[in-house]
Amino acid sequence: MSMEQSKTSVTVTNTAQTAPGMSAREIAIKYGFLVLLLGLILFFCISTNGFASPQSAVFILQSVSITGILALGVTATLVVGGFDLSIGSVATTAMMASSYVMVVMGGDALTATLVCILIGIVVGLINGFLIVYMRVPDLLATLGMMFLLVGLQRIPTEGRSIATGMSLPDGTVANGTFSPAFLALGRHRFDLILPNLLPVSVVVLIVLAILIWFFLEYTRFGRMMYAVGSNERAAALAGAPVNSYKISAYVISGVFASIGGILLAARLGRGDIASGNNLLLDSVAAALIGFAVLGAAKPNAFGTAIGALFVGVLLQGLTMMNAPYYTQDFVKGGVLVVALVFTFALSQRKR
Amino acid sequence: MVQEAVFRVDDLRKSFGPVQVLGGVDLELRAGAVTVLMGANGAGKSTLVRIVSGVYDRDAGRITLAGKDFAPSTPAEAIRAGVVTVHQNINDGVVADLDVATNLTLDRLNGKGAPLIFNPRRVRREAKAVADRMGLSIDLSASITDLSLADRQMVAIARAMAHEPKVLILDEPTSSLSSAEADRLFEVVERLRARGVAILYISHRMSDIRRLADTIVSLRDGRITGVFEGPELDYEGAVNAMLGKKVSAGEIVVQTATAPVLKAENLQLAANSRPFSLTLGDGEVVVITGLVGVGKTALAETLFGARQPAGGAMTLDGKAYAPKTTRQAIEKGVFLVAKDRGENGIVPGFNIYENISLPFLKRISNFGVTNRRGERNLARTQIASLGVVCRSERDEMNTLSGGNQQKVMVGRWLTQASRMLILDEPFQGVDIAARRDIAAKLRASANGRATLVFLTELDEAFEIADRILVMSEQTIVGEHRNAGINVDKLLAEIAGQHQMVG
Repeated sequence: MSMEQSKTSVTVTNTAQTAPGMSAREIAIKYGFLVLLLGLILFFCISTNGFASPQSAVFILQSVSITGILALGVTATLVVGGFDLSIGSVATTAMMASSYVMVVMGGDALTATLVCILIGIVVGLINGFLIVYMRVPDLLATLGMMFLLVGLQRIPTEGRSIATGMSLPDGTVANGTFSPAFLALGRHRFDLILPNLLPVSVVVLIVLAILIWFFLEYTRFGRMMYAVGSNERAAALAGAPVNSYKISAYVISGVFASIGGILLAARLGRGDIASGNNLLLDSVAAALIGFAVLGAAKPNAFGTAIGALFVGVLLQGLTMMNAPYYTQDFVKGGVLVVALVFTFALSQRKR
Repeated sequence: MVQEAVFRVDDLRKSFGPVQVLGGVDLELRAGAVTVLMGANGAGKSTLVRIVSGVYDRDAGRITLAGKDFAPSTPAEAIRAGVVTVHQNINDGVVADLDVATNLTLDRLNGKGAPLIFNPRRVRREAKAVADRMGLSIDLSASITDLSLADRQMVAIARAMAHEPKVLILDEPTSSLSSAEADRLFEVVERLRARGVAILYISHRMSDIRRLADTIVSLRDGRITGVFEGPELDYEGAVNAMLGKKVSAGEIVVQTATAPVLKAENLQLAANSRPFSLTLGDGEVVVITGLVGVGKTALAETLFGARQPAGGAMTLDGKAYAPKTTRQAIEKGVFLVAKDRGENGIVPGFNIYENISLPFLKRISNFGVTNRRGERNLARTQIASLGVVCRSERDEMNTLSGGNQQKVMVGRWLTQASRMLILDEPFQGVDIAARRDIAAKLRASANGRATLVFLTELDEAFEIADRILVMSEQTIVGEHRNAGINVDKLLAEIAGQHQMVG
């Protein structure tokens, strides 16, 4: 793509400071976070053994794949000026539902997957309905939905985790098993450079990241979603069906979260009631860190992916340097705060 | 008998950066009299109110209250000194989640000597005293959210009156009230006047002004352009002084429409307003003028499908036209450059070309994928033809001046051919040079569509119109060809005197 700076017929006489390219401050804002990420990678490569290896890279990607997918979904709701707090619970609900379909009802992989995605769509529609038509503020509506789903996913099994051989509320024993095709989603690895290197979840993450990035940046629907988030009234007066765009954003978020849940179930091989607690915070953090990438100062898919990667690299590196596990949340929080300062204090786009 | 002024403003000046908003305002308020301040948008009314109520600092000038210097640095200080303001936005004057009694006594909960413990019974007793003094008959235990706008306004005023002010400033208090509700407000104002309060009443509504005014002061471009007092107030003169009458005739060649484009039959904007008919023709620029709040924006939004009429029917090129959404209007070629570009037009996160292409992304895109090159070309064309001062079409909107932002907003709707182009107050916050550019462009491109412009300022109307229609109270009351116009008749219609004649 040509990046020429086209001059128009009428031109302001620029002051010298802004004339050629950008100021140091602008460069710092634009590339600061990417430089920080590269520096971090370089630092870990030098100071630890084995960080600079394909296995390590894949491990990082795998560790952030599910939160990354959720984060990409929540990015869509951030773009329309909303928020989705229910993603974590949608993911765990999808995990429990897929386990239930296969283990208790004896369904196959396809049914389980479709049920999960359906759950994502329905939850997204309900969220959108509450926010758009019932005028419940986004944070509150999705908070309510989060609670509701956390409770709902426990009802069919009376609060127990789902695994083959578990006893059901009516006294019978669940004999179904996770289908091998479903488990492959979590465990199969494609050959890339080394045999059995690339897990399915990472491929899914990359595909979804490219899809949502293209959708938000290069389609008119994505553009209109940004317009809705930036000035809803102006978008409406430009003929945009604002409500549809908002609801769509929550549906995207719900579907992405349910895909995350499917991958989680496939990786664990059981419907674990206790897993997925950190999903919400981690993915929201990734999406918010994404604001700082390339000085965007707004939600964006590329930034979200980098944000997720940043957290993954940092945690993997620290782990390899023997930092204890309980410092992880502290580190994530620190990164998030720095990224937010980057976004809101340094770049003046908003004011 | 001329009473001494209790409140006096001398040579008040205020600038924001290079823009002078108040250029030496003199004003006197007398006890027991209502002084009405009239001024168009941007005349400096709000700035004046904010300085007097302690929100802004003044640059120069002197204000005296009962002979003593008055220089409040905070709103609280102004209130303590006895100058109380009820702002235009009613909800700024009341706390919605609390009940009426608490609202009436809210100011006693703060400041020195306020009791530490909240005693509901005492609050009720004090509130009742306040309400009785004002003749307010509202259930004190009702929640503000359950009250009508008028009742909220009453509570806000009663709350202000609890301070026993010497000067009360009411900033467009009837702007969101019905006429029955306004009547109740007038009774309260009259009661306060009888108690010797000096009242500054800011309004455009002629019915308010006729009912209440003892003195009318017109403000225009930051200066007082007329003071009218005495037993027979010259309302027309006041409107004239407020709008200015610098007829710049002869600058434009008045065109006549070739064929009708839009026809409206018995259109009714509100359930109780008088229906009117309207024909807009190809190639003509029609201006609809009238004071603020007479329904100009409502008509613009009705034509654009953003609001539904209470009655009547419209045709566009002979076919029935009843847009339910803005998208339907746009698809039929009816475009609106909305007023208040910051609120209704600009997408602040988008640069120039993204703002320009916004309504037509569907037409520019290929199978949903945006065509940035095409968008940028469109934007460059508009930038060149309207003379937008910028570095490139990728500049952010907030780097542009008001006039250039407005050019972008107008350019947005000129990228595609329209059957009818509506512009609602397109010259708000636009400098003269940009205004001329936009007006010239609109007139030059007028063939092939009907152009309808809503304007409060008469100068602007004379500059651009072929035909001028006058709106008053949600209906059209006058029509003039913009050549050898009878300005007195026009002003009388704007001031709402058509009904007295007819």
